[in-house]
Amino acid sequence: MSAKTHKAAIDVRNTSKIYGKSRDDGVIALDHVSLLIRDNEFFTLLGPSGCGKTTLLRLIAGFEQPTQGEILLFDHHLEGLPPYKRPVNTVFQHYALFPHMTVTDNIAFGLEMLGKPEAEIKTTVKEVLALVQMEHLANRKTSEISGGQQQRVALARALAPRPKVLLLDEPLSALDFKLRKEMQLELKRLQLDTGITFVFVTHDQEEALTMSDRVAVMNAGKILQVGSPKDIYDHPARRFVADFIGDINILGAEILSSDQGVARIRLASGFQTNASLPEQSEALSGSVSIGVRPEQLEFIDDKASAALDCTIRRITYFGSGSHYELETSAGESITLRQQNRLGNNRSFDVGDQVNIALNEGSLQVLSD
Amino acid sequence: MAETTASIARPVTGKAVDLKYQPGFSIVAWTCLVVLYAPIAVLVLFSFNENRSVALWTRFSLDWYYKAWNNEGIQNAAITSLEVAIVAMIASTIMATMAALVTTRTPPYRGLNLAVTIINQPLMVPEIVTAVATLTFFALIKQATGVTGIGYLMLAHTVFCIPFAYMPIRARLEDMDLSLEQAAADLYAPPLKVFRRITLPLLTPGIMAGAMLAFIVSLDDVIITLFVGGPGETTLPIYILGQIRRGVTPEVNAVSTVFLGFSVIFVTLIFLFGKNKK
Amino acid sequence: MTNATNQENPKNQLSASVVAAEKQASRTRAFLLAPGVLTILLIGILPLSIVLTYSFMVPGDYGGVKAEFSIDAYVQLVFEEDIFDETMSFTSSYLQIFGRSLALAIFATVASLLVGFPTAYFIATRTPETRAAWLFMITIPFWTNLLIRTYAMLLILRDEGAINLGLMKLGLIEKAIPMLYTNFAVGLGLIYAFLPFMILPIYASLEKLDLRLVEAGFDLYANRFKVLKRIIIPIAKPGIAAGCILVFIPSLGAFITPELLGGGKSLMIGNLIYILFGSSRNWPFGSAIALILMALVLVSLLIYVRRSGEKGASTHG
Repeated sequence: MSAKTHKAAIDVRNTSKIYGKSRDDGVIALDHVSLLIRDNEFFTLLGPSGCGKTTLLRLIAGFEQPTQGEILLFDHHLEGLPPYKRPVNTVFQHYALFPHMTVTDNIAFGLEMLGKPEAEIKTTVKEVLALVQMEHLANRKTSEISGGQQQRVALARALAPRPKVLLLDEPLSALDFKLRKEMQLELKRLQLDTGITFVFVTHDQEEALTMSDRVAVMNAGKILQVGSPKDIYDHPARRFVADFIGDINILGAEILSSDQGVARIRLASGFQTNASLPEQSEALSGSVSIGVRPEQLEFIDDKASAALDCTIRRITYFGSGSHYELETSAGESITLRQQNRLGNNRSFDVGDQVNIALNEGSLQVLSD
Repeated sequence: MAETTASIARPVTGKAVDLKYQPGFSIVAWTCLVVLYAPIAVLVLFSFNENRSVALWTRFSLDWYYKAWNNEGIQNAAITSLEVAIVAMIASTIMATMAALVTTRTPPYRGLNLAVTIINQPLMVPEIVTAVATLTFFALIKQATGVTGIGYLMLAHTVFCIPFAYMPIRARLEDMDLSLEQAAADLYAPPLKVFRRITLPLLTPGIMAGAMLAFIVSLDDVIITLFVGGPGETTLPIYILGQIRRGVTPEVNAVSTVFLGFSVIFVTLIFLFGKNKK
Repeated sequence: MTNATNQENPKNQLSASVVAAEKQASRTRAFLLAPGVLTILLIGILPLSIVLTYSFMVPGDYGGVKAEFSIDAYVQLVFEEDIFDETMSFTSSYLQIFGRSLALAIFATVASLLVGFPTAYFIATRTPETRAAWLFMITIPFWTNLLIRTYAMLLILRDEGAINLGLMKLGLIEKAIPMLYTNFAVGLGLIYAFLPFMILPIYASLEKLDLRLVEAGFDLYANRFKVLKRIIIPIAKPGIAAGCILVFIPSLGAFITPELLGGGKSLMIGNLIYILFGSSRNWPFGSAIALILMALVLVSLLIYVRRSGEKGASTHG
């Protein structure tokens, strides 16, 4: 992490985007969003369709103007500036390669528009083609290359003008699984090599966790949580975030007391334990939802120290592990995931009564 | 009857049922095609006939074509037609292109629907009503300003050519992905450069189709030219109309055939241009 | 690590630069739209109001109009003044012209439908290559000059024309059958002129016909005719409606066809208008007729829009 500075590359301040006449009868695509993206960071906007992530990207790129709020690029105000006046470049979801130009012409386009001298354009194009390993296709027409190759050309085209920030709008969604995995590693490597801030939009949470330095989880026009992949996964603050990323079990509980980010809770089964509180939440009390990941549950023999007493409803074996669907004594449905390591396995059957232990550090109090 | 109603409805032969067949339809279709072309075929055929009749074939002759070619009336009419058509084509295509650029692929704005309706207005009014309206309007202006000339006719043609040029251009634009122009802007191209380097090259087939459509529509026009055209502003169709009124002559057949041939070639070209080019 | 707290932004309005950008976009839009829209507004739409005004005026002494208010033009439609005793009596001559135009337009529409529907169906059920060829062949006459096509029809129908001479050669008739200069000739001419307008929309509707629906119909005991009536035609309804309006409206306002094929006996609205602006020099009356034609066209369009609107609602319900 030493090479990474903590300068703010993009500063989004209380920005909203409303389509239509007013807040009441229009579509609110972004609702008072604020965000700080750091220089030299691989930052991902993650969320379901319609959450506003693409809208935010387009506001940064300049294809739309905010209804309200400010967007700054290294302390320069971007609002009102058209896209061709912003030193950011975009990799489009369907590549948007110019069909009447060759690969080389496409990549050279931005440099041409910036008025760079021919010699410089030639060398830069060569460099960038090497960066994405597409030198052999330099003179092909863009309609004659495969989807994966088009994607690389789109990347090269956006990188050639050396933008301060690179915006990527779900660029891998049209690729098949294997190619996708390859490109994820490619993109990560490119970001590290070039040091350019990447702002990546996706709805695939696994992709987000794999590639990002930090992730912003969005829904319905708002940013719900921002953090490193580990933070988001281990300590989801909101129910939506917990549910959207990976699988989560929700248990009902009561808060008995709280102190410095930790709450003493009592589960419906009567078992008492500690759970982490989300940061800067208003004092939560009374009945809350507790989130715990399926892999943090464990079978134990000792009933006394067990948190939950459950019945097995279904067992799914998927080779490397098994998935147990359980019903607690309080009627809640939870899942337990376990690796099939030798020695780990007990033979269970549907209908068995089992004792479940919860990994205390993994419990999260979830707001709404 | 031991048979069920089901087997009565279905053919009893071993042949598979032709789902498409409807009795008599193919006869109608072929007859239609023949009847559509028969009069034209007769016209073309007899323009090569040596004698004047349209039913008695004597022998093949290009006489009438020579006569028509050397006919001064026809020459002038043809030139006038071309002049008006070219001006109308250029003016209407430019205006239609500009209008299409801001009425297609755009989120709705105030006045969009109104603008599109206005652009298509000439198609919605019967041609003779337009002819009358234009005549009265120009008469008023001529009276007020004293300015005359073929400009009026060219203007009238331009107006009804605009929606015809607009249609293919609009169609082509709608097919074009907006993200291409966004990508260009993203890569530092200001709006004029985006238009010149991206939009225009990709739009060209549509513009060509629109221009050609406008050209042929202007060339073919009769009613508006009849009302608005003054003496000395005789276009080819008007000349032909005059000749027909005086009686059928083989020169008219020859000119008509040439006109027809020209239209067919033109339409074929438009058809080819209009096809989606990758 | 959570995001920065929502700063209380004092600026709840649009920033000035955003407003400026949007203003610029509007200006560009207006600039690009202006030539086309203004030209049509000025030369296409504005003159219609002049026609309206003229219809309430009096014919000028040397042509044109005199700026005097009068509803004579409209009165003239049904009443004519006796020269000698200046009494008004009902005249049906102009109404006849309107009636003939309506009748001919309806005739052309119905006949085109009867011929056009089977043709469109036939084309739609061919293979894609054959279809393209057929469409091309049907479309060509559509784009060639109407005057020339009507002239070709005249050549065929006249007394010395191909049909008559052919029949006489075959010995089927002794004297030429006068076909030209009759209502029938005009009706035929209208069909000939506008048939492709009927075929193409119906084809467009039928192209989407899923033959499995026909199969289902057969399966449910319908015979070919019933399948046609209950399944195929309803699917083609939008195309049929469009085709009808595309034939009816131009037929109503036709000029070339009745001019060439009708002679003085089969006047339609178009010819009347031409006469009134030409030899008769009665601009107010001509204007009135033109306006009534426009009104008839608008009414037909409204009926069409209403009906296809309702149908659209029900088929998409």
